[in-house]
Amino acid sequence: MSFSRRQTLAIMAGSGLSVMLGGRMALATPTEELIANFTGGAEITGEGLTLTAPEIAENGNTVPVEVDAPGAEAIILLATGNPNPDVGVFHFGPLAGAQMASTRIRLAGTQEVVAIAKMSDGSFARAAQEVKVTIGGCGG
Amino acid sequence: MAENVTPRVRVPKEAAAGEVITIKTLISHPMESGQRKDKDGNLIPRSIINRFTCTFNGKTVIDVAMEPAISTNPYFEFQAKVPESGTFTFTWIDDDGSTYEDTKEIAVA
Repeated sequence: MSFSRRQTLAIMAGSGLSVMLGGRMALATPTEELIANFTGGAEITGEGLTLTAPEIAENGNTVPVEVDAPGAEAIILLATGNPNPDVGVFHFGPLAGAQMASTRIRLAGTQEVVAIAKMSDGSFARAAQEVKVTIGGCGG
Repeated sequence: MAENVTPRVRVPKEAAAGEVITIKTLISHPMESGQRKDKDGNLIPRSIINRFTCTFNGKTVIDVAMEPAISTNPYFEFQAKVPESGTFTFTWIDDDGSTYEDTKEIAVA
């Protein structure tokens, strides 16, 4: 059985569709650099940091997040999938009633939000959560 | 200086000595991230508030370093210990150097 011209074209078009969907490589480097700057290269072994973020955010322009780490001196918040992963650093003073803060952040797309807390004993704790974003919060 | 920047802060009027209270702050500010482009494809320059501090009678409660990923009209909720009657001072520092300030009195019963 020989293929007609039409069938041949259909087969060629089909094979063209099998485009390699280049897996979006996790560009961990900027995030890792920011973490290293914050920790000074120390290992993150501690516990006691809670990161609260929605599993699904309909609007990436304003995603509520909360960090809570009793006994922390500072907490850095990172959005690993943003053009600039750093979101902010919370420093707690002597009159902080609890080492917690909540705010609203921008997420460019579905990604992992990471928080690292610097504890008063010098150790570091990490928490992360994946947030699915329906509409990204970058660009017009 | 960004236009129509109005800070809004919610602090209880009274507290017991040593009580931990919740403070909510909101400030209207576009927080232009520097990532967006206008109609002609030109990058809109970054213009954000890059730091927020809250102090009580001169002692720090919280000090936040802010990046463009903080949403428009930055909102913060946090907790403060009130050892005595006094004044909370809230300061926001803009990229252009201007500062926005608000104060709230609290009385310890």
